[in-house]
Amino acid sequence: MMALEIAGVSHTYRRKALDAVSFAVTPGEFVVLLGLNGAGKTTLFSLIAGLLPLQAGTLHVLGHPLPQERTQALAGCGFVFQQPALDLDLTVSQTLRYHAALHGLSRRDARRRIDEELARSGLSDRADELVRSLSGGQRRRIEIARSLLHRVGLLVLDEATVGLDVPSRKAIADRARALCREDGTAVMWATHLLDEVSPEDRVVILHEGHVVDDARAERRAEPLPQRFARLVGLEAAA
Amino acid sequence: MSALWRRCLAGIVERELLRFFRQRGRFFAALVRPVVWLVLFGTGLRSVMSLKEMPPYETAVPYEDYIVPGLIGLILLFNGMQAALSMVFDREMGSMKVLLVSPLPRWYLLTCRLLAGVIVGLPQVYAFLLFAWLWGVRPPLAGYLYVLPAVVLAGLMLGAIGLLVSSLVEQLENFAGVMNFVIFPIFFASTALYPLWQSPDANSILATAAWINPLSHAIELIRFALYGQLNATALATTVLVGLAVMALAVWRYDSGRILRRQLAGAA
Repeated sequence: MMALEIAGVSHTYRRKALDAVSFAVTPGEFVVLLGLNGAGKTTLFSLIAGLLPLQAGTLHVLGHPLPQERTQALAGCGFVFQQPALDLDLTVSQTLRYHAALHGLSRRDARRRIDEELARSGLSDRADELVRSLSGGQRRRIEIARSLLHRVGLLVLDEATVGLDVPSRKAIADRARALCREDGTAVMWATHLLDEVSPEDRVVILHEGHVVDDARAERRAEPLPQRFARLVGLEAAA
Repeated sequence: MSALWRRCLAGIVERELLRFFRQRGRFFAALVRPVVWLVLFGTGLRSVMSLKEMPPYETAVPYEDYIVPGLIGLILLFNGMQAALSMVFDREMGSMKVLLVSPLPRWYLLTCRLLAGVIVGLPQVYAFLLFAWLWGVRPPLAGYLYVLPAVVLAGLMLGAIGLLVSSLVEQLENFAGVMNFVIFPIFFASTALYPLWQSPDANSILATAAWINPLSHAIELIRFALYGQLNATALATTVLVGLAVMALAVWRYDSGRILRRQLAGAA
């Protein structure tokens, strides 16, 4: 069973944002969805999260078709949104407890999972602090911890490192990669930053709603920066 | 109700209560409004407003007694709009997405939010009733119990209206308009401050507006319950309008129209 299966997905607002997008993510795989701003990454993310209605194509999350089995699909999915989505006036543990409740964890399970995830995020000592008092990088790590509380098979991150400094970006990317290795979680990492791609990553390049490339970075004859620039027309612009 | 549904409801209510207790000023601000109306407006108009005997009152009552249920309606109306403002804020801050990706039906998630908003409003209503008692407005003791389901139903209906408003308001900045175009017209064209449709002297347009105004029916439901009576028309209207508006609001949130509008702007 694929963690994520996207087949012929199109979406139109006033203009076409996605056009017949197809690719799949296997369990434990780390996939970078690389594209410039406006490439369609957030639209695809919103379709996977069930926040937008599917107009054309099929989408299976952990084997569950959307939108028919939306609730079953969401039960095994974690999301980190492009825009930080935290209650600044709640403490870290209250924030995580709220999310645990939204996913039906019992009080005892929630407490245990919160302790585990905070420890893995290196934020155990901040549990009783207000989210407002945390740095941007720490807030992002809380969001990742939150998205993993209910033990997910697929984690989708939409530009999760925007606005963060280099050490914070590296810490978040390392955490996501460790999830694939240690827990077998499939990760889809949407970004427009080339330096977030590791040689071993599979990279799906999205440009103006089309998948224009899908391969492992190390297997490409042409280096990724040049290939990306050529495919999205940055060379011509330069 | 399965454990998942129950825990989700508990989590949403807990979050709203935590937010409410962190904003203690909100409680007092919500209380000051009806208290000022009761003390200043009620006292000022007491001598000029002659109220005839009418159900549920067995005799003619002082003006303050008449406006207390209306002011409870005012608390619930503002509470509903406060919940709407909070929804728009959550949408702008992204917290709404966290709620909407929970593995439960959207109608249930939004109903939980609605219920949480009403629970937050209950202490405000009873604190005001206590003040009104101290001020001399003393309905029968049992009325304080009977009024509870009426307040919950009225709160749910007004909260649903707030939810629908939140789905129509695009940005937080636009919310000031809601005050002018939703709260004030609804409040003043209701039976909160004067028994419009009972009075043969009332302006017929205003009386009709009050009759079709759902807030009037919510207030009458509360008024009758406070005196141990049931107003069946008010009950039916409150429940039906609440359900219809809620269905419309859920449809707007569920169809992805709001996010579509945001993303289409960015695309």
